[in-house]
Amino acid sequence: MGRITLEGVRKSFASHLIIQGADLDIEDGSFVVFVGPSGCGKTTLLRLIAGLEDVSDGRILIDGANVVGVPPSKRGLSMVFQSYALYPHMSVRGNIAFGLKMAGLPKSEIDRKVEAAAATLNLTPYLDRKPRELSGGQRQRVAIGRAIVREPKAFLFDEPLSNLDAALRVQMRLEVTRLQRQLATTAVYVTHDQVEAMTMADRIVVLNAGRIEQYGSPLELYERPANVFVAGFIGSPRMNFIGNESAKRYGAATIGVRPEHIKASRDGEGWEGVVTDAEHLGSDTFLHVDIAGIGNLTARSIGEIGLSAGDRAHLLPDPAHIHRFDADGKALHA
Amino acid sequence: MARQPSPARVLTTTVAAWIVGFLIFFPILWMVLTSFKTELEAFSTPPSFLFFHWTTENYAAVQGRSDYVHHAINSIVIAGGSTLIAMLIAIPAAWSMAFAPSPRTRDILLWMLSTKMMPPVGVLVPIYLIYRNFGLLDSRVGLVAVLCLGNLPIVVWMLFTYFKEIPKDILEAARMDGATIGKELVYVLTPMAVPGIASTLLLNFILAWNEAFWTLNLSTSQAAPLTVFIASYSSPEGLFWAKLSAASTLAIAPILVLGWFSQRQLVRGLTFGAVK
Repeated sequence: MGRITLEGVRKSFASHLIIQGADLDIEDGSFVVFVGPSGCGKTTLLRLIAGLEDVSDGRILIDGANVVGVPPSKRGLSMVFQSYALYPHMSVRGNIAFGLKMAGLPKSEIDRKVEAAAATLNLTPYLDRKPRELSGGQRQRVAIGRAIVREPKAFLFDEPLSNLDAALRVQMRLEVTRLQRQLATTAVYVTHDQVEAMTMADRIVVLNAGRIEQYGSPLELYERPANVFVAGFIGSPRMNFIGNESAKRYGAATIGVRPEHIKASRDGEGWEGVVTDAEHLGSDTFLHVDIAGIGNLTARSIGEIGLSAGDRAHLLPDPAHIHRFDADGKALHA
Repeated sequence: MARQPSPARVLTTTVAAWIVGFLIFFPILWMVLTSFKTELEAFSTPPSFLFFHWTTENYAAVQGRSDYVHHAINSIVIAGGSTLIAMLIAIPAAWSMAFAPSPRTRDILLWMLSTKMMPPVGVLVPIYLIYRNFGLLDSRVGLVAVLCLGNLPIVVWMLFTYFKEIPKDILEAARMDGATIGKELVYVLTPMAVPGIASTLLLNFILAWNEAFWTLNLSTSQAAPLTVFIASYSSPEGLFWAKLSAASTLAIAPILVLGWFSQRQLVRGLTFGAVK
């Protein structure tokens, strides 16, 4: 079991409020990702759950029991750190076994569990090596092994993939999700990478300046962002925001259209402008078009549509995918 | 990669290094040589360097007049005891300063260092009186206590600098793995800080071994370590150079051997973690 509930959690360092009242319910067995720009408090929130920081106010419940004031060692959670934080003086076996040793398990059981975890993570040949003799990906696996072997109530991941190169990151992303599904253990995962958030999460928590902006499934966030911040943060390339007159016609202070919901053509309907930049990815084309009275918009087209910088283009937004926001940036739903 | 220096340059720097090394070593060499001379040869002019009548009579005389082993054991107990106790206090202290600092940590560290700037003679009288009243004069316990307290600031500082180099994440990982603070210290921090702890230990042991001010003032015979043993050879009747040299050679021999075998650790200790 591993249900984590946050009730009015606040955290301040000196007079600086880092987390301004977080309420959250993380269901048992779910994969929840905390995402947000750097400095938004996502790592702090994770460390509060871990017990590595003390809350200034509010309650954190794990399976219904308040853990505020309970030291990290007694919360039954395990954590994977960005820096891996392996014990350099211990072998891979020692690293994975450490938590079990602390729990006072008999040696035979420790050995059995360590072997099993190592097998799951393809670490068996490396069990007697020291962390410095391993590659980045292998170290990452050891860190994960150390977390899973204890069969915790929940895994906490603090940007675990950010030190890996791009190819390995994609592979590890899949492995982590697969492992989590297989173990059915609650996971809380911090990242600043919205692609990781979208692909891995059952539910995403978008944080901004210490506040939870929205909590929902990846598609909910994509389709029904609660406000301008979430709308702009989720999705790549970024959503286009249009203020002024054009928005008023839709009865909103601001409207937003995702690049993939704008149809670009050489001559057709819609706003007319000049292509300032064209990014040809083969599979897609990103067009940056400057439109008089509206500004610079990005449109994404599938494949190659034969427009390049300097060309005139027409952009037609899909009316079914126009997001409307009020003057405070909150989403307006029809 | 640095540029390969020319052979001539290698030669000059090597020769220069040997000359400097020899100059530094010369007084010790001279002392050892003197300890094998007769009293007459010891202050003859011009001094004889190697061609004199070698004798071990000084060593016999020194051992006959005072019990070397007794003083050596005192030195080991006092230096070893004060070092061990200082380490036991300093490891948790440095841990908390490095990993759980309070707003005052910096000030405390500077204050501790500032106590080393005070001349010890300034507190000699109060400490002497306290020791007299508590019956600690000429006792090993008293010397262990005073040397331990005297070196504690340096020990805490050194350990603090070493602990600072250990990533906080690793200790937090241990905490997440269920380690209590005690286990974290024993299984994770201490093994990782072994080089730093070893050099601190050695340096502190040598400082305590060589410490003369407190040992001379607070002990006479029972608890007197080798420093007192050497000093006893400078007597009002005049100096006996050869015997004094023999006593000094005996006194520094153990620490010289220790230093020889732990050179690498010592260099690390003396550079205070500045060079990684």
